[in-house]
Amino acid sequence: MRMTISEKIIASAAGLEKVSAGEIHTVNVDRLMSNDGTTHLAIDMYNTLLKKPRIADKDKLVFIIDHNMPADNPKTAAAHKKMRDFAREHGIAFYEGKGVCHQIMMEEYVRSGELIFGADSHTCTYGALGAFGTGVGNTDFLYAMVTGKSWVLVPPTLRFHLTGKFREGVYPRDLILTIIGDIGADGATYKVMEFTGEGAKAMNINERMVLANMAVEAGAKTGIFEPDEAALEYLENHGRKPKYLFKSDPDAVFEKEYNYDLSKIEPVVARPDNVDDVVSVDEVGDVKINQGFIGSCNSGRIEELRTAASILKGKKIADGVRLLISPASNTVYLQALQEGLMDIFIDAGAMIMNSNCSVCWGGCQGVIGEGEVLISTGTRNFKGRAGHKDSKVYLASAATVAASALAGKIVRADRVIA
Amino acid sequence: MEKSKVWKFNHNVDTDQIIPSQYLLLPTIEEMKAYTFEPLIKDFAKQVQPGDVIIAGENFGCGSSREQAPRVLKELGVRAVIAGSFARIFFRNAINIGLPAIICKEAYDKVKQDDVVELDMSEGLLKIGDETLTCTRLPEYMQTILNAGGLIEFLNKEEVE
Repeated sequence: MRMTISEKIIASAAGLEKVSAGEIHTVNVDRLMSNDGTTHLAIDMYNTLLKKPRIADKDKLVFIIDHNMPADNPKTAAAHKKMRDFAREHGIAFYEGKGVCHQIMMEEYVRSGELIFGADSHTCTYGALGAFGTGVGNTDFLYAMVTGKSWVLVPPTLRFHLTGKFREGVYPRDLILTIIGDIGADGATYKVMEFTGEGAKAMNINERMVLANMAVEAGAKTGIFEPDEAALEYLENHGRKPKYLFKSDPDAVFEKEYNYDLSKIEPVVARPDNVDDVVSVDEVGDVKINQGFIGSCNSGRIEELRTAASILKGKKIADGVRLLISPASNTVYLQALQEGLMDIFIDAGAMIMNSNCSVCWGGCQGVIGEGEVLISTGTRNFKGRAGHKDSKVYLASAATVAASALAGKIVRADRVIA
Repeated sequence: MEKSKVWKFNHNVDTDQIIPSQYLLLPTIEEMKAYTFEPLIKDFAKQVQPGDVIIAGENFGCGSSREQAPRVLKELGVRAVIAGSFARIFFRNAINIGLPAIICKEAYDKVKQDDVVELDMSEGLLKIGDETLTCTRLPEYMQTILNAGGLIEFLNKEEVE
C-alpha cells in the first residue's frame, strides 16, 4: 500500500484506496470542534451569508467555551451567549468551564483513525491517539458544518525516530521544544510530524499529547503517533473504541527522517519571541521572572501537575513572583485535588485558576504588564502573547517553571532541588 | 497593472501580531480592525489605505488559526499579502475569505517600506521598479475558491448549480 498513517486516514475519509502527498481530495470530516475564539463569527456567517443554512450532522459538532472562560466583560459575554444559544437551538454538544477544548476532546471524543477539524490551531493534539486532527479557520469550519465535507491537500510526512530514555528531570516538553528549535518554526509547514520508535512507544497518551500538540509550532498540519496498546487502553478507560488502527507501511514514503536520542535531551527554554529560539536552561543567563504559568492544552495534565508539586512541596515561591496553575480540565483538577497537589500549590503561594486557556493565550486572565517576564508551559511565546506588547514569554517544562517560581529567575529544576 | 503602496514586514509574522488575542471576541471584524498590527505598528489601521499591499518574508501568519487575522486585513482594504511563504492555516483562511495570499520568493529582498509596486493578479506578476517578478500560482482548486470571492461564495454558488 505504501502509505503513512496520515495518508491512510485521509484515504479512508475520501473513500479512496490510496492517496499520495500533494494531491487534493474531498473528505468526510468525522468531527468538528469550535471554541469561543471564533465561533461567534461563524454563527454570524451562518445566519447572514449562507443561501441554504443547514447543519449536515449535528452529532459531529462540539462547541467548547474555554478561551475567555469565565467571561471577563460584556462583549465577551455576548459572544459566549451567541454560542450557547446556537448550540441549544441546534442540539449541538456544548461545554463551558469544563476545561481546555483539546483536553475535553481527548477525554470525550477523539478516536484513533478519525479525521477531525478544529477551529483552533492546536487540534493537532489528537494525533496522540492516532487521529488526524488539524486546525482550520471559522470559514472552513462553517463549510464543513454545512456540508459535512472539506478538502485537504495530502501532506508529506516527516518521521521522528525516538530512541533511549529521558534522564531524570527531562520531559517530553523539553523534547518538542528541542525539535522545534532544530527544524525551525516553519520546519514542518504543510507537513505531518510522525513520532515513532521505542521512545515514542514508552510515552503514555498524555505525554504523546505534549509532542503532537506543538507540531503546529513548527508549521505542521498535524503531529501523529501510531495507535498502540496505550491508545487502546486510553480509549477503553474513556469508554470508546478506535475507528481504525492505522500504521505507516514499511515502504511508505517519508519526506525526511530524523533521529532523537532521548537520553541526550536537556532541559530547555524557548526565548521570546519565537518558539524556535531554544536554548538549554543553563545557557539562558540571569533572567528574572514576574510570573510563572503551569497549564494549557500542552502541559496542564496530571503528569505536569505532579512534577510541579514535587518541586514546590514544602517551599514558597519567591517574593514578588506570581505562580498561576490551571489544570487542563476539571477531570485533571479533581484528580489533582484527590492527590493533594492543590494543597501543595496553595501552600507554596500559587494561585489555582479554573480549567481554561488562561495566560497561554493572553486574552483575559493572568495577562502580564509592560516589561514583565513570564515563564510558561503554554504553547507560544510570540511578542505580546501573554499581555502587553513589550512583555516577554519564555516557554519551558512544568519542572523548570516551578523551579523558576521558587528561585525568582529561570533555573533548572535540579539546581533548586540540590 | 494596478499600483499599490508597500507595507513591509519581517519573517515569522504571527497572527497574534496581526490581531492580538484580547480583541478576538469583539462582536464584529469592523470593531476589531482598529487593532490590526497593534503590537508592531502604531495606528496601522489609520494609516493603511485601500489598495495597499503587504510584502513579508517567510512563514507569514504563523501561530493561531484565528481567521480574524486575514479578515481584518481584508476589511481595511489590503489588496493582497505577498510573502516568501505562508503558514498553512493563514494561507487557507486568506483564500477562504477572498484575500489574495501570493507566494513570491524574491519580493521581500527587493522592496522597502512605502515603495510603490504594480501587481497583476490575473497573470501573477509583481513589478518592482523596472523588474517584473513571477509569483507562484495557487493550486487550481484554491484559485477557484478565490475567484468565487471566498469559500462561502463558492458554497452558495455550488448550492444554486
